[in-house]
Amino acid sequence: MAALFPPDSVGQVTPRTAHFDEPLALDCGQTLTNYEIVYETYGTLNADRSNAVLICHALSGDHHVAGYHEAADLSKPGWWDNCIGPGKPIDTREFFVVCCNNLGGCKGSTGPTSINPDNRKPYGPDFPIVTVKDWVRSQARLADRLGVRQWAAVIGGSLGGMQAMQWAITFPERVRYVLSIAAAPRLSAQNIAFNEVARQAILSDPDFHHGHYYEFGVVPRRGLMIARMLGHITYLSEEGMRAKFGRELREGRPNFNFDTEFEVESYLRHQGKAFVDRFDANTYLLMTKTLDYFDPAADFDQDLSAAFHRAQAQFLVVSFTSDWRFSPARSREIVRALVRAGREVSYAEIPSTYGHDAFLMPIPLYHDLLRSYLSRVAGEVNAHAA
Amino acid sequence: MRPELELISDWIRPSTRVLDLGCGDGALLAYLHERRQVNGYGLEIDTANIVKCIQAGVNVIHADLEAGLEDFGDSSFDYVLMTQTLQAVRHTERLLDEMLRVGRQGIVTFPNFGFWRCRMQIALQGLMPVGKTLPYEWYNTPNVHLFTLRDFEKLCRSKHIDILQRMVLDYAHRPWRGARLWPNLFGEIALYRLGRA
Repeated sequence: MAALFPPDSVGQVTPRTAHFDEPLALDCGQTLTNYEIVYETYGTLNADRSNAVLICHALSGDHHVAGYHEAADLSKPGWWDNCIGPGKPIDTREFFVVCCNNLGGCKGSTGPTSINPDNRKPYGPDFPIVTVKDWVRSQARLADRLGVRQWAAVIGGSLGGMQAMQWAITFPERVRYVLSIAAAPRLSAQNIAFNEVARQAILSDPDFHHGHYYEFGVVPRRGLMIARMLGHITYLSEEGMRAKFGRELREGRPNFNFDTEFEVESYLRHQGKAFVDRFDANTYLLMTKTLDYFDPAADFDQDLSAAFHRAQAQFLVVSFTSDWRFSPARSREIVRALVRAGREVSYAEIPSTYGHDAFLMPIPLYHDLLRSYLSRVAGEVNAHAA
Repeated sequence: MRPELELISDWIRPSTRVLDLGCGDGALLAYLHERRQVNGYGLEIDTANIVKCIQAGVNVIHADLEAGLEDFGDSSFDYVLMTQTLQAVRHTERLLDEMLRVGRQGIVTFPNFGFWRCRMQIALQGLMPVGKTLPYEWYNTPNVHLFTLRDFEKLCRSKHIDILQRMVLDYAHRPWRGARLWPNLFGEIALYRLGRA
C-alpha cells in the first residue's frame, strides 16, 4: 500500500474532527455555542510534546495540506505537499504537523454551510464574521485537545502568515517560532478594493438570494467564478503571466467575439469554474472580510511594534520579489516592527516571477531557507525529547 | 576564523546588542554570539549568504545598505560593525553617519590601499594593486572606493568622528610592531573603533 506513494510523501491521510461544546465568544460580539474543527496531523508528537507545528491556511485553503485522501488518486495531494513530508523542508520525521480548516470555512469546520442549531437550516449569511483572533482562540482549544502546550512553530503563507503572527501576539508563551510568508501587517486600501470587487461579484449574482441560496438549490456560480478570476490576477505577476500566456490566441487568429480567445482568458475561466465546484460563496465573502479586518496594531494604538513587544517567539519573515498583492515592502513593515520591538527576526526576499503564488512553489532557495531554519528548530525541540 | 574577527571580539563588551552591516555568511556574528553572548542582526543583500546565516543560527535581515538604515532607531545598538564592507558601498559618508546614529559605537575594518605592496605595484609595475586583501582586478572588483588609513582618518576628522581605538594588521594579519609604528605603510588591514564626538 505504502509503496504507491512517493517516498517523501506522508502517504494516505484521514481528516479528523474535534467537537467543542464550550461556547466561543467572537470579536463581533456573537457567541458560537459549539463548533467543530476538522484537521489533519502528520508525524508523531514527541515525548515532551514540544515538536508540534501548526500550518495556517490562506484564503481558500483547508486542512488537507499534505498527503493524499485517496490512494487511488495521486493527482490531488494536499495544497502544500511539496513542502511537508519526510525529508521535506517541514520534515514530518522531526515534527508533528497539524493543519486545520479555519472557522467559517467550508471544508468541514463550522461555517456558513453548517447547520445552525437554532433553526436546523444552514447558517448561510447568518454565520458570524469571524476574525483572525477568533481563529487563534478557537484553535488554541484544538492545541489543548492534542496535548500541545506550545507550538514549536506556527507557519503560514498569505492570510496564513498573518494568522501565524496573531498566534504569537495572542498567546506569546504558546509559540516558539513564527514563519510568516508573503504576508502583510494589514491590508492596504488597494487590497481591500480587490476584495470588495470580489464580494460585489458574489452579492450581485441573481442566484445569491441574500446568501440563502442553499434553500433554492442553486449557487451563485457566476459571482463566485468572477471573484476567483479576479483573485487569480492578483496571485500572479505581470511578468509571470506574460511568460505563461503571452498574448497567445487559442485558435491562432481573432474571431471578433467574446468567446475564450486568449490563453489567459481560458486559464482564468478554468480556475473560476473549478473553484465554484469546491468552494462556498458565503465562506469566500467571510474570508475576504476576515482579511480586511486583520490589523494587530489596532489593539495597540496603531503601533505594530507594541503588538510584537508582547510576543516571545522568534520570527522568520519571507517575501517574494514579484509579489504585488503582499509585496516585499509589506513584509519589511513587519520586520521593522519586530526589530523595534527587540524580537529575534530573520528576513529574506526570494527572487521569483510567480507573484503571490510563489509561497506555494518549490523554489529551491526558498525551500533551502525553510529547511535550514526549521532544522535548527527541530534540533532545539527534539534535543531533550530524544 | 579570520584573525581580525578575534580582535574585533576583544573590543566588544559581553551581552551587548550588535548590528553587522554586510554580514556575509554570519561567521562574525556567530562567533560573537558564542564568545560574547551578543544579540543582534546581520544585514545582507545576497540570498545565498542569507541561507548560510540561517544555517549558522544568525538573525539576518535582507537589506541593501545603500538604502540606509531607516528601519533602525537612534542608538538602538551598542555596536554597529562593518567588516570589509565600507570600501564596497557607494554612499560611504551617509553610511558612516547612519552607523553612528544607530550604534553607540562603530567598528570598521577595511583593506589599506596605502600598504607598501599596493604602493609598490602602482609605483613599479604601474598596475592597480591585486593581492590577498584586494583579490580583484580593477574591472571586476566590488570595491568602489579605495582609500588609505590617512584618507579615512582625514574623513573622520572632518566629520567629527572620534577614533576610539585603532589597530592595523600586517600581511600575516598579526598586529605587528612595525605596523604600529608606520601603520599606513605596513598595515594591510585597518580596524577602527569609532564614536560620535
